[in-house]
Amino acid sequence: MDTIMLEHGSGGRMMHSLIRDVFVKGFDSPHLRKYEDSAVLEIMDKKIVFTTDSYVVDPIFFPGGDIGMLSVAGTVNDIAVMGAIPNFISCGLILEEGFSREDLQKIVDSMKQAADKSSCTIVTGDTKVVDRGKVDKIFINTSAIGTMIDGVSLSKESIKPGDKILINGFIGDHGIAVLSKREGMEFGTSIKSDVQPLNMLIKELLSNGLTIRFMRDPTRGGIATTLNEICDGMGFGIELFEEMIPVRDEVRGYCELLGLDPLYVANEGKVIAVVGREDSDKALEIMKRHPDGEAAAFIGEITEENAGTVSLRTTIGSHRIVDMLSGAQLPRIC
Amino acid sequence: MKYIDEFRDRRVCENLATEISKIGHGRDISLMEVCGTHTMSIYRYGIKKFLLPNIRLLSGPGCPVCVTPNGEIDKAIAFARKSEVIITTFGDMLKVPGSTSTLAVEKSRGSDVRIVYSAVDCLKIAEENPDKTVVFLGIGFETTAPTVAATIKDAKDRMLKNYFVLCYHKLIPPVIKAVLESGEVLVDGFILPGHVSVITGTEVYEFIARDYRKACVVTGFEPVDILQSIFMLVKQVKTNSPVVENQYTRSVKKEGNLRAKCLMDTVFEPVDCEWRGLGNIPMSGLKIRDEYSVLDANTIQVDIEPLRENPECICGEVLRGVKTPLDCSLFRIECLPENPKGPCMISSEGTCAAYYKYGK
Repeated sequence: MDTIMLEHGSGGRMMHSLIRDVFVKGFDSPHLRKYEDSAVLEIMDKKIVFTTDSYVVDPIFFPGGDIGMLSVAGTVNDIAVMGAIPNFISCGLILEEGFSREDLQKIVDSMKQAADKSSCTIVTGDTKVVDRGKVDKIFINTSAIGTMIDGVSLSKESIKPGDKILINGFIGDHGIAVLSKREGMEFGTSIKSDVQPLNMLIKELLSNGLTIRFMRDPTRGGIATTLNEICDGMGFGIELFEEMIPVRDEVRGYCELLGLDPLYVANEGKVIAVVGREDSDKALEIMKRHPDGEAAAFIGEITEENAGTVSLRTTIGSHRIVDMLSGAQLPRIC
Repeated sequence: MKYIDEFRDRRVCENLATEISKIGHGRDISLMEVCGTHTMSIYRYGIKKFLLPNIRLLSGPGCPVCVTPNGEIDKAIAFARKSEVIITTFGDMLKVPGSTSTLAVEKSRGSDVRIVYSAVDCLKIAEENPDKTVVFLGIGFETTAPTVAATIKDAKDRMLKNYFVLCYHKLIPPVIKAVLESGEVLVDGFILPGHVSVITGTEVYEFIARDYRKACVVTGFEPVDILQSIFMLVKQVKTNSPVVENQYTRSVKKEGNLRAKCLMDTVFEPVDCEWRGLGNIPMSGLKIRDEYSVLDANTIQVDIEPLRENPECICGEVLRGVKTPLDCSLFRIECLPENPKGPCMISSEGTCAAYYKYGK
């Protein structure tokens, strides 16, 4: 009996094969065959961007945010990285019998706060309550639509060797913040999740006439997975510079301890931008000036060599391949 | 980050590489890194690029997941299939294939399989689930065995009735001896494990230098540690003066951790033990002593499925250092991290996983 395993949902290679073999094959639409986080729809000469995402994070409250904040920011970010302005959000809640009203109110307040920050409106919703034990407290699905910014066209195909790769700050904060509160793992930490809507930063970046080629938000599977998705099957490679990738000491410390690689740890408020070489300094400056990108950094570049591969120049000057995560990262044995 | 960056310093690494080159040229020198964490570090930091081509690094049998034979996994799976059992183990063990299944597959079919970060967590699980039987799959070398011993002693003292250990712990010095005795691979020296030696100390390795005249350096896991150790090993080889040296002095003492050793000795006794790929090695495993047998899961009868091995998987030969993953017909074709055919592909310390991840 072939069964669905947890790794099928972990954002790595197993999930990709499930999407390809079951969903894209089963639904067979041209939009899905693009394998993007959002669909671009042409409706009455307007380009509308449409996406959906479900949130099942455990624990539902974590340092720096909660499932409500995440459910709005995550979906908004999927729209924003396409080069679009998110406008309207839907909210589907599945609640477990016995769930605390007070916690529900907190989560709703967080959703409202995130929607306000991203200038979006939550316009429709649905609620289901199921027997105790049928869901874990609360699951949220949100969908969003947005309109493509005029004149903006981001695509992997436009990426060229020599382009620079930028990120708007420290990696791995979200993954470690959530892990630190998970049952059996509780360790004291001051690390907070980076969960935040990024559309304001992205809009700023796109409204300055710079050559922005492509953007993605590196969530599950971390920047390693996202960068592999960017160059997979393309005629270019990616070289990262380990010492330039911003990682907080505390995040590095926990990763060392648990045997995790920060490149694969989840983010919820980060955007990776591939920028034309000539505009990269300006783009970095815009990011750094924005409150959501103060620790922005240049972390790598597009290369002609090693097409389809992400490689890392290590701190000691050697090179290694950064592969896509295959399942979930597991803590080591010794 | 302080205390880490110093050991990943590019200039220091380059200087060490230069020093190694000065003394290392000439005949081939083969060094075996016994521990899987060293294998991973060597690949992760591209250490081989700093070395002359005549200095070869071979991966050894020190990956606990990799050396666990099918039969042991099958027994854990047999326990997992019992509805009253909660199986607890380290995360690495979930995807290791037994004869026909894995603990991860059993979990997706409804078995209660839980990942723990320390065996100590199992006692809490046992207390919280008095109507269940908690079986901890104890895998690992001298590094993990002392904490498991502590839980056994603690559970007995507290008269906890529903905690059992399926003890498959193995020991490093006997397996090094087995590799040397087999004579299959020519090794000039050993990069000896750091974590294991924190517990054992360095004296347990003296037979390697004395009886087999091989160079020995107990080594830390950062790039500077490994390059410094290679320098020390090459120097021993070149001057034909084998001795056990300790590069990892910031963690390893000559006598090891006496309390941990005493605890292991109280709870466990050495027995002959089966290793994947290496066969039965005398006195290389740990068994729970009779005084603690009420906690020994091996005393409980379970229905184990018939043993099956994948005839094409060469993990055994990879573990002995006789072949590399590139010699395997399954590697990167059928055997992938998401669909591993052998344990060396699953473990984060496995040689096949290291080749796959960093060595495309």
